[in-house]
Amino acid sequence: MELVQMQKSLQDYTKSLFLDGVLDSQFLQLQQLQDESNPDFVSQVVTLFFQDSDRILNDLSLSLDQQVVDFKKVDPHVHQLKGSSSSIGAQRVKNACVVFRSFCEQQNVEGCHRCLQQVKKEYYLVKNRLETLFKLEQQIVASGGMIPAMELGF
Amino acid sequence: MVCEMETDQTEEMEIEVLSSMWPEDVGTQADNQFNVEKPAGDSDTLKEVDIAEKRTMADLKRLPELMNTTDQGTSQLTNLVKQWEYMQDHAVKLLREELKILTKQREEAEAKELKIIEEHNFESQEPENVPVLDDTSHLFRRFKHKKRDALIGSKRVEIEEEFDTVAYWKQKALSLEKMLEASTERERRLIEKLNESLKTMESHSAPVEELTQNLKRAEGFLHFILQNAPIVMGHQDKDLRYLFIYNKFPTLREQDILGKTDVEIFHGGGVKESEDFKREVLEKGKASKREITFETELFGSKTFLIYVEPVYNKAREKIGINYMGMEVTDQVRKREKMAKLREDNAVRKAMESELNKTIHITEETMRAKQMLATMSHEIRSPLSGVVGMAEILSTTKLDKEQRQLLTVMMSSGDLVLQLINDILDLSKVESGVMRLEATKFRPREVVKHVLQTAAASLKKDLTLEGNITDEVPIEVVGDVLRIRQILTNLISNAIKFTHEGKVGIKLKVISEPSFASGMELNADAEEQNGLTETETSVWIRCDVYDTGIGIPGKNRTRRPISYKKALPCLFKKYMQASADHARKYGGTGLGLAICKQLVELMGGQLTVTSQVNAGSTFTFILPYKVATSDDHSDDQDFSDMVDHHQPEPDDTTEGYFQFKPLLGSIYSNGGPVIGNNNFLPHKVMLTSPLKLVNGFVAEPSNNTGQSETTQVENNGYMDETCSGPCLSKETESCSSSQASSEGGALEMESELTVSSRREEENTETSKQPKILLVEDNKINIMVAKSMMKQLGYTFDIANNGVEAINAIKDSSYDLVLMDVCMPVLDGLKATRLIRSYEESGNWDAAIEAGVDIKILENEQACVHSTNRLPIIAMTANTLAESSEECYANGMDSFISKPVTLQKLKECLRQYLD
Repeated sequence: MELVQMQKSLQDYTKSLFLDGVLDSQFLQLQQLQDESNPDFVSQVVTLFFQDSDRILNDLSLSLDQQVVDFKKVDPHVHQLKGSSSSIGAQRVKNACVVFRSFCEQQNVEGCHRCLQQVKKEYYLVKNRLETLFKLEQQIVASGGMIPAMELGF
Repeated sequence: MVCEMETDQTEEMEIEVLSSMWPEDVGTQADNQFNVEKPAGDSDTLKEVDIAEKRTMADLKRLPELMNTTDQGTSQLTNLVKQWEYMQDHAVKLLREELKILTKQREEAEAKELKIIEEHNFESQEPENVPVLDDTSHLFRRFKHKKRDALIGSKRVEIEEEFDTVAYWKQKALSLEKMLEASTERERRLIEKLNESLKTMESHSAPVEELTQNLKRAEGFLHFILQNAPIVMGHQDKDLRYLFIYNKFPTLREQDILGKTDVEIFHGGGVKESEDFKREVLEKGKASKREITFETELFGSKTFLIYVEPVYNKAREKIGINYMGMEVTDQVRKREKMAKLREDNAVRKAMESELNKTIHITEETMRAKQMLATMSHEIRSPLSGVVGMAEILSTTKLDKEQRQLLTVMMSSGDLVLQLINDILDLSKVESGVMRLEATKFRPREVVKHVLQTAAASLKKDLTLEGNITDEVPIEVVGDVLRIRQILTNLISNAIKFTHEGKVGIKLKVISEPSFASGMELNADAEEQNGLTETETSVWIRCDVYDTGIGIPGKNRTRRPISYKKALPCLFKKYMQASADHARKYGGTGLGLAICKQLVELMGGQLTVTSQVNAGSTFTFILPYKVATSDDHSDDQDFSDMVDHHQPEPDDTTEGYFQFKPLLGSIYSNGGPVIGNNNFLPHKVMLTSPLKLVNGFVAEPSNNTGQSETTQVENNGYMDETCSGPCLSKETESCSSSQASSEGGALEMESELTVSSRREEENTETSKQPKILLVEDNKINIMVAKSMMKQLGYTFDIANNGVEAINAIKDSSYDLVLMDVCMPVLDGLKATRLIRSYEESGNWDAAIEAGVDIKILENEQACVHSTNRLPIIAMTANTLAESSEECYANGMDSFISKPVTLQKLKECLRQYLD
């Protein structure tokens, strides 16, 4: 594929992530933070996010499967996930977490289960998309190209 | 007798639908239901009913009459007669046919006879007999002929002798004799038969007998059908007197009913109605039905479906009515029950939908409130940026007009900020998020401090005074933050509307007010306040009075007051502002509403009295627990802090304070430090009402050394820590801190060593400020780190409040970025503990709170500092983590999450540059 074309498709793809609400402007913040001194910053953060989130989701599933759900344990996890997702701009995960927390507050087990599913769904969506995004970036870099900077402002 | 159709009527009573209509126990006598049949206790049975015999009965006498006079009455009889006639006709027809056959036979026989006679002329005398017979009876004659025919036909006389011989004749005579005998015999038999037949005919000819049979059958059938039916039937004459009744109420005897009207027989509800109904039918001449409920002594409450038809005689004159009633009590009951159920159902549905609507509205309202809160929160950050920038701008060189514009801009910005804060406060109270804390505090110090603070920003020539009676305990327990908020709010309000004279606070103990006794709210509040019934509590009345413009009692005044309406509206939200007054006096109109809500939340009452042009007094009464010496208090409140700055021990008991405006005094430091700084560090956020109050323009605060008397709002951080020492007596410490402060009240340090370090920092910008990031989320840390790096800072990391405290204990930081929600020890508590340390110089509070702190006594001593460390909260955007909470817990500012480079940059700039 032509480099220019690849760059164009990366840009389009990224844009679509924003348009779909998968990511929000916070992700641009991360991209802004990435520079020569820290070329892999975004992927590092996101990778950390994935690791962290996988663990949290796992813990959450376990906690919610208990006979008696200890919401004191559940809530911090959700809070954590909400903070992380908010920091990387995984907007839809964050929003799902907000709802999740409100169910935690109500101690609504059933609602929590539903929310967990929703959070997982959104998480796997963003994970998948971001991995694709990184793959595209890698291809571009491998072809000796530059990652086009996302313009702010949409 | 056809009594069925005609009728009579009975009455309206009845019984259970399914059994008999009348209660069985009432009808123990063997009364027949046909009252007709029971002539005076006579127990006749149906079979015996015979019209003729029964004529003895009163009603029966009239029955035939009735039947004869009415069309209906006769129709049945007519039918029966017709039927009988038909049968008779039929019989006649059969007989005729037989007659015809016989006639024919006779004719044939005669013909034969004639023939024989012709053949034997001589025999002519023989037939002579016949006429004899004929004379006696035509029939006999006929039979005779017949016989003869037969004889002739069957037996031809055979004579073997010679014709006309003697023998011949003899023989012939013999044979003829025989034939005659046979004929006679036959004749006899025929006569017998005829007699028999006659007899039969005779029996046929008795129609009465047959009719009687039919009637019996009809009656039996009707009785069979009707005897258990819940039906009453009757006939009444023109005057509605009963002539007949069937299935009457068992206890009534015939004579009780017949000849009487309903009204005469029964008493109670419905009787009149039924009578009227019957009369109506009679008058209109049209049969109709109606449901009537009877309520009589005799049979209680029963509902009958009544059918009434008029009866005419043959001359088409009305002679009475037929009446039939069926008991439908159960059906009616069921129907009514059904209707009721249906109605209930409808009502319930309506209520449900109403409720749903209400719920919906409530939800909407909640959502709207939440949204308002969220929006306010969101608006605040950029707005504070705008205001901050405007302030920075105001420190630059501007011409007069620009400065004026800028002043308007800043005050508008402040107003909006205050409004937003008020909204957030209100929504917190309303949504029940606001939680009260029970802390030990000294009322005198709180009052004093509030007044000090107010005095610090006083622009007018007012005297502020505080007056606390002796019986007010030295220490009480309550939510000091909220109480301070109320006090400062009221005081600033008072100052705002007072142009000369004085403003003051008066505290005294009162007995439990009437509104509190037995009030649940109060109990709740006490609980919230940490008060329990067993502990002694005290009611303290606090008056905030002024000599200001007053508040008109009724809304007729043209005075320049901001209360557009009268007193009653005072505590309503947004009530204050008419555009003019708002511009003149500022404010959002929410302050008093918040005060009132807070007071009520704490179980107290806020009231106001006022006189136009003479002043107003706002009074709130609150319950407090009296603090005992061993009271736990894991956090030191502001008054305590103040206390630490006040070396005089008398302060704790002093009952009177007075502050006069220190015009042109304390802040005219013209600090050199600020001179070389582009930014005026200053109010970062004008948020909590508490600070707002403090944030009134510190008159003449030309601290930047500018020639003009710029009114820089030097608010924000000059609350407790600085105003305490700065005002009143502590002039020395004040002046020293002024020298060291980086302009404004950001850090009022009393230790010259520290401040000199700071000056150094300021001059040598290369020196890195020390920053502590307290955050538990790795990703957030990573992101923040990267941002800091890009901004050119580095920082230490603590993962929770305890780590943060330990870090702060061990080294001195210039700034702390503190996450609010963290495991182990959250940011709010950690901040409180840090503030407590700053005030007290020791970590006792933290240790008391169970924080694991490794302290060496001497180490602590040397680190001791009263620096106010800037702590910036990092909050998620939720009500629970609102900025109020942050400020209330001693934080200086906040960054809402997720943190962006821009927000971080602005924040660090404000505190570090």
